[in-house]
Amino acid sequence: MPSPATGTGAGRKRLRHRLGGSAVLACALALTGCGGGADPASDGGSGSGTGDTITVFAAASLREVFESLAEDYETRNPGSEVVLNFAGSSDLATQIEAGAPADVFASADAPTMERLAEAGLIDGEPGEFARNRLTIAVPQGNPAGVNGFADLTGVRLVACAPQVPCGAAATRIQEVTGVRLSPVSEESSVTEVLGKVISGEADAGLVYVTDALAAAGEVEAVPIPEAAEVPNSYLIGAVAPNAPEAAREFIDTVTGSAGQALLQEAGFQPPADRP
Amino acid sequence: MTGTRPLTAPDRVRSPKPRVGFPGLPPWLFLVAALGALFILLPLAAVVTRVDWARFPELVTSESSIAALKLSLTTSAAATALCIVAGTPMALVLARSAFPGQQVLRALVLLPLVLPPVVGGIALLYTFGRQGLLGGTLRALGVEIAFSTTAVVLAQTFVALPFLVLSLEGALRSAGGRYEAVAATLGASPTTVLRRVTIPLVLPGLLSGAVLSFARALGEFGATLTFAGSLQGVTRTLPLEIYLQRETDPDAAVALSLVLVAVAVLVVGLAHRSSAPAVP
Amino acid sequence: MGFALEAAVHARRFDVALSMGDGETLAVLGPNGAGKSTLLALAAGLLRADTGSAELDGRSLFGPRSFLPPHRRGVCLLPQEPLLFPHLSVLDNVAFAPRSAGESRAASRASARGWLAEVEASELADKRPGQLSGGQAQRVAVARALAARPSLLLLDEPLASIDAAAAPGLRRMLRRVLAGRNAVIVTHDLLDALILADTVTVLEEGRVAEAGSTQSVVERPRSSFAAGLAGLNFVPGTSVPSGLVDAAGRRLEAVSENPLPAGIPAAAVFSPRAVSVFPVAPAGSPRNVLRVSVTDLEPHGEFVTVRAGHLSAEISTSAVAELDLVPGSEVWFTVKATAVTLYPL
Repeated sequence: MPSPATGTGAGRKRLRHRLGGSAVLACALALTGCGGGADPASDGGSGSGTGDTITVFAAASLREVFESLAEDYETRNPGSEVVLNFAGSSDLATQIEAGAPADVFASADAPTMERLAEAGLIDGEPGEFARNRLTIAVPQGNPAGVNGFADLTGVRLVACAPQVPCGAAATRIQEVTGVRLSPVSEESSVTEVLGKVISGEADAGLVYVTDALAAAGEVEAVPIPEAAEVPNSYLIGAVAPNAPEAAREFIDTVTGSAGQALLQEAGFQPPADRP
Repeated sequence: MTGTRPLTAPDRVRSPKPRVGFPGLPPWLFLVAALGALFILLPLAAVVTRVDWARFPELVTSESSIAALKLSLTTSAAATALCIVAGTPMALVLARSAFPGQQVLRALVLLPLVLPPVVGGIALLYTFGRQGLLGGTLRALGVEIAFSTTAVVLAQTFVALPFLVLSLEGALRSAGGRYEAVAATLGASPTTVLRRVTIPLVLPGLLSGAVLSFARALGEFGATLTFAGSLQGVTRTLPLEIYLQRETDPDAAVALSLVLVAVAVLVVGLAHRSSAPAVP
Repeated sequence: MGFALEAAVHARRFDVALSMGDGETLAVLGPNGAGKSTLLALAAGLLRADTGSAELDGRSLFGPRSFLPPHRRGVCLLPQEPLLFPHLSVLDNVAFAPRSAGESRAASRASARGWLAEVEASELADKRPGQLSGGQAQRVAVARALAARPSLLLLDEPLASIDAAAAPGLRRMLRRVLAGRNAVIVTHDLLDALILADTVTVLEEGRVAEAGSTQSVVERPRSSFAAGLAGLNFVPGTSVPSGLVDAAGRRLEAVSENPLPAGIPAAAVFSPRAVSVFPVAPAGSPRNVLRVSVTDLEPHGEFVTVRAGHLSAEISTSAVAELDLVPGSEVWFTVKATAVTLYPL
């Protein structure tokens, strides 16, 4: 047997990378001299197939839920260790394509997961485990008086760029509602959008329901009923070719009742195949 | 003719120093130096190998790429101009005067060098943002900075200013104050001394400082992202465009990265060339 | 009229008062660290005195509550190195002062050509400072200073960085242009003082060690530094009938034009050439006999200067060989009483 778990998850290593390796590349290219840049997973101490340590790459919006789930999992499986790496889905996919030793991948949208599946990097069929949808986040007190999606045309709106999943979702809502938005800024991540709403720079921002909920004390949420028609799918899959059995078990934890309860508590909606 | 003596060589005031042979560097040093150079050059080469040359022209001439390149060049130029205007007096004060707290001021001015750019962006937000220190005043004046091209220029200036101050202060210190002292006793007012002696003497230092500032502004990412946002043609500079393109079209990101490297190399190269012979 | 300065700078242990008449040139001599540069910096306004004041042609340069900035003083500093502005041509260097005074480009260049002619350097007008030899650069620096039409010209060892071949020409030129001007010239070289200056002030450790006409300082130095410059042995002491006794109790017989009263401070000076060197004490000699230990031997040509502390003797090279002198040798210096000049300090 390998070394036992060291208490309440103290031995667990977490790798949190908001900005992926490409950002490091970008700033290195721009002659600024950023530090770091090591492969985020290479020092995680994990080896695919050991069965004792699994490395999970998950979309940044899953952080709170997955941290709880990992702790649960380790408690239930003494001696096991879950290494978590959070970043944008696209960054994570790029890292996996580059050979990062992930065992489980959870993406915040379908296209990113499909990209990996097509490349043969996902073991079996990835499954939807949650859905998320956009909402309008406004600063405390809603100073610009935003009451619905149509009000967003006349205010300082910050959204995601169409190239990233949250921006694609915003585009779909525009198609459904026929409202054309002109944001003052198109960010590359929800985090940036939320930050600009919290700081009061923006009158409104388009973020996921889960983000607005997590930042409940700092922003107010104005629901978008039409968003329910065009949700984002969260998919999870084991990374091919050598995903250990433990990877399957972790995925089951996420899709099982405990995982679903936590996800819904965080504001996620159940996948399409469940009520 | 002065009839003092025949001139054999244009010797300087002090007799020219003999070329004392430097005993030489230890051979292993070259190896380590080569490794260091490789560490810089290899990643750049890696980018070049990843470029999809067939699509390259199309990728770098797309509407968003051109907009980002134009924006980067204009904002970096504006930021460099601001750095010169704001940084030159600062370098002069640091190099040519003495006052209590000068060391502290120097350290603070250089802070953006070591500060993560994101922190710089947050600091700028709390200063010039709507809720910031000067936000109310600026709004009363009808100035909105956040999400504007001005915000990009401010973010770039913030991170680039120390480069100008540092290299100009160095140039001023190595030039010394002796020429200025002579100029003053020749009847030149402090302003005339500055204009006709100090600035011309440190022009190479000022130029190299400006180039460094430009290069730093060109590469600015974190502070811009946090403070200015990202909108094509308004605030989305080349690094932000690269960051975004990477989400959907990594080939475009690589192509644009190469463009950024090429522009930086060009600027630094040109400046090095033009400043090299000007050193007195 | 003329120039007068009286100032103290505590941090540099500098406390000097001096004055000079209108149109005079004052040579300031002294060892390194004596305060010569401090004096120039005070006069030029590059350094502030803790206390004191200075006047030039009836104008106050600084006082207890006033300070005229350098560019308003009409005091021009000619540093040891020419420090020509490297980014300007020779002509524009010389035109710098008139241009700064507000003259047009054409007018200032015209007057610059005049000053270049004055220092016999017209043909250098279009050169860059980097193309000049040391002597040429110093000429141009002089022209540049003169073009400022200063009320007082300060020269900091103008010939120190010039090689020996160029120095005489430059010295001649300086003598011509300094005539009738207020100038202070700092120098290590007594020859400069003799040729260029009307009066001499010797500084030692931030104080005036002696001041007077160049001639009197050379002939009757009142400080060992001035005596050294003049190449004389200098023995200060207290007068006794027909001589003096120095601090070590040694007695020197001397011939004085006007006999001195006994017990007053006095100095005895004599040339090293008047000194003979003996390996043993000469018996029954009418001469002054001083037992010394050789500290240094300096050959020059056929002669060798034998130094023994503050005293020196100049003897032939063959004599040194005959005496088998080396540093540390114990010998006797003798000098005739008639070769020793005695005067009150």
